[in-house]
Amino acid sequence: MRFSYDTNYRDAHALLRYLPGRLAYVLLLAALLIAPWVMPKYVVGELSYVFIMCIVSLGLMVLVGYTGQVSLGHSAFIAIGAYTHTWLLAQGTPLLASMLMAAGFTGLLGLVIGLPAIRVSGLYLAMVTLAFAILTEHVIGHWKSVTGGFSGLAVGSPVLFGQDLSKLQYFYYLCLALLVLVLLGLLNLLRAKTGRAFMGVRDSEAAAYSLGIWVAGYKVLAFVVSAVVTGLGGALLAHHVGFLTPEGFGLILSLELVLMVTIGGLGSLRGAILGAILISMLPTFISRIKPLLPEQIAKQFGLETFVFGLVLAVFVLFEPKGLNGRWIKFKTFLETFPLYRQDMFKRGKSYMKSERYK
Amino acid sequence: MSVFAVSDLSLRFGGVQAIGALSFSVNQGEVFAIIGPNGAGKTSVLNVITRVFDPSHGRVVFEGQDITRLPRHRVVHSGIARTFQNIELFEGGTVLDNLLLGRHRFGHGNFFAQWLWTPAVRDAEAASRARVEDVIELLDLMPHRNSPVAGLPYGVRKVVELARALVTEPRLLLLDEPASGLNPEETRELAFWIGDIQKDLGITVIMVEHDMSLVCETADRVLCMNMGQLLALGKPGEVQANPEVIRLIWALESDVSRSPDFGREKPGDLVRSGECHQGRQPGGCAGAYRRRTGRQWRGQDHPAQHHSRGD
Repeated sequence: MRFSYDTNYRDAHALLRYLPGRLAYVLLLAALLIAPWVMPKYVVGELSYVFIMCIVSLGLMVLVGYTGQVSLGHSAFIAIGAYTHTWLLAQGTPLLASMLMAAGFTGLLGLVIGLPAIRVSGLYLAMVTLAFAILTEHVIGHWKSVTGGFSGLAVGSPVLFGQDLSKLQYFYYLCLALLVLVLLGLLNLLRAKTGRAFMGVRDSEAAAYSLGIWVAGYKVLAFVVSAVVTGLGGALLAHHVGFLTPEGFGLILSLELVLMVTIGGLGSLRGAILGAILISMLPTFISRIKPLLPEQIAKQFGLETFVFGLVLAVFVLFEPKGLNGRWIKFKTFLETFPLYRQDMFKRGKSYMKSERYK
Repeated sequence: MSVFAVSDLSLRFGGVQAIGALSFSVNQGEVFAIIGPNGAGKTSVLNVITRVFDPSHGRVVFEGQDITRLPRHRVVHSGIARTFQNIELFEGGTVLDNLLLGRHRFGHGNFFAQWLWTPAVRDAEAASRARVEDVIELLDLMPHRNSPVAGLPYGVRKVVELARALVTEPRLLLLDEPASGLNPEETRELAFWIGDIQKDLGITVIMVEHDMSLVCETADRVLCMNMGQLLALGKPGEVQANPEVIRLIWALESDVSRSPDFGREKPGDLVRSGECHQGRQPGGCAGAYRRRTGRQWRGQDHPAQHHSRGD
C-alpha cells in the first residue's frame, strides 16, 4: 500500500506521479509503436479504428462525464467532421489543415447546438441533440452537390508531406499520434481551471455561480470542446471507412458512443478509452465467437444489438461506475492486498443529491 | 462605517411579497445576524444580494458600488462570497477540488495555456493551492484534504463549504444558517471561527441563523425580520428585549399555529417558529415545532436528516 507524501504542490497535479505508472505507460506506448510491424494487417486496421473511436469517445466524455450534459447527437458531429474534411480535401487543402478546419467547423456547429443547453438540460437536452442528429442525417442525404447524397462520397487518400498515408501502418501512426495529442490536451484542460469549472457546473449550478463561474459560458464551451474533438475523430473516420454515406452516421452510432462513455465510467478519461475499446471491439469479438456458438443462437438476427444491450444492462446494474470503477477497485485490491474489503467503495455512493431530502 | 447597504429592497413573486421595503446597512468588520421565523425572507435577502433573484425594487450597494444588477457570476468578483442553507458542494470532487474551485475567480491562464499546461499555468495552480492550504489550516480540514466530499460527515461538509467561501478571498461573507445540523460542539467551534474570520481576516459577515446562542455570542448587531419586513434592529440584547420581538415569541409559545385563525393574522402577529427564543431548547427549533404542532418538522434542518453525522 502506498501513501502519497507530496513534497511540493506540483506533485499533487502531476499526471504520472510514481515510477511504476510511468514505466507502464512507456511500455504501453512502445508496444503500440511496435504493433504495426508485428501484428497482422487486419489487427492494425482494427486498432486504428479503435483509436478513432477513443478520440470520439473522449470528446463525448468531456460533455457527458464532466459537465453532465447528455448528447444523443454526437453521430452528427462525427458526420460533419468527416464530410467537411472530405470536401476540403477534394478542394485541394493539405491533410492537417483540412483536419483542423473540419474540427474547427464542427466546433462552430457545437457552439450553435450548445446554445439551447443554456436553457434546457437532462432529457430535454438529449431530445434537442437527437433532433440535431436526425436533421443532420437528412441534410447530408439531400445536399447532393456537396455530400453526394445517399449514393455516397469517396474520400481522397491522406497525403502528409508528400507521403501517402493510406498504407495501413502510416494511418495507424497518424491515428495514434492524434489520440495521444487529444488525450494530453484534455488531461491538461481537465486538471486546470476549465476542468474544475466543468465539474462545478455539473454538480451544483448555484454554487458555481456563487464562485464566479459563468455557467452558461462553460456549458457552451463544453459543447465546443466536445464537438472539436469529435469532429477531428470524424475526419479520421472518413479515411478509415473510405466512402461516406449518411446511413453510416445514424442514431446507432450515437447510441454506441453513449454506451462507450457509460460503460467506461462517467467522469473519467480512462473510462472513455476503456469503453471505446470494449464497444468498438465487441462486433469483431462477436463475429469471432459466432462459430463456437450453437447454430440456433449464432444465426439469430440482431445478436450484436442484443449483446450491446446486455453489456449495458449488466454494467448499469452491477457496476454503475463502469470499467474505470472496476479498474480502480482492482488496483486498490492489488495495492492493499490482503486488506481489501468488498464494501471499500460503498461510502462514495452515500449522499447523492437526490438522497438529501429523504 | 457602513460598507454594505440595502435600501428600500422589495422582492415579489406574483402575489407573494417575500421582502417588503427592507433597508439596513452593515458596518466594516461587523458580524451582522438576520433572524426571524421561517418564511420571513431571510434567505431571500441573501439571494437578492448574490443575484439569484432580481429585486422588484430597491438597491444593494457594496463598497460604494451598486451591485443590484450585476451578472450573477460577477458578484464574487466584487468581494462577496456565500454559503448555502442546504449544502451545495461539488459532490464529484474531493475537498481539495472543491476548494480549488473557490479560486476560480483568480486567473489560472487562458484556455489555450491550460490546454498546453504551460509553466505559467502550473505556477498559478501551485499558488492557488498554497492559498487553499492556508484556509485548510485555519479550519482544521487537514485530515479530509483528499477525501471525496460525498462521503464526509455532515458537520465536515458544512466546514468545507465555509472554507470554499473563504478561499475566494471575500471582504463580505454571507452565511446561510451555518449552524443548522451541527451538534453543540461543532457550533461552538463555528462560533470561534466566525470570530477569527471577523478579527484576523477582517471580513464583514452577514449571517442568517436560527441558533440564538450562536447569534448572541458572535453577532455585533441583529436584524429580526418577519413577513419580509424589518421588525427590530440593534444589539442582540436590545433585539431580544424589543416588545415586537417579545410579542413574536409570545405568539410562538401560545401556539397560534393551531388556532382556526392561523394564517389570517395581520403581518407581525404570525409566527411559526422559535428562532428568537433565547437559549437553546431541547431538540432545537425542530423540537419546539414538534412540541407545538405535534407534527414532524419538514424543513431542511431537521436533525434526523443528518443521519450520516458522526459515523
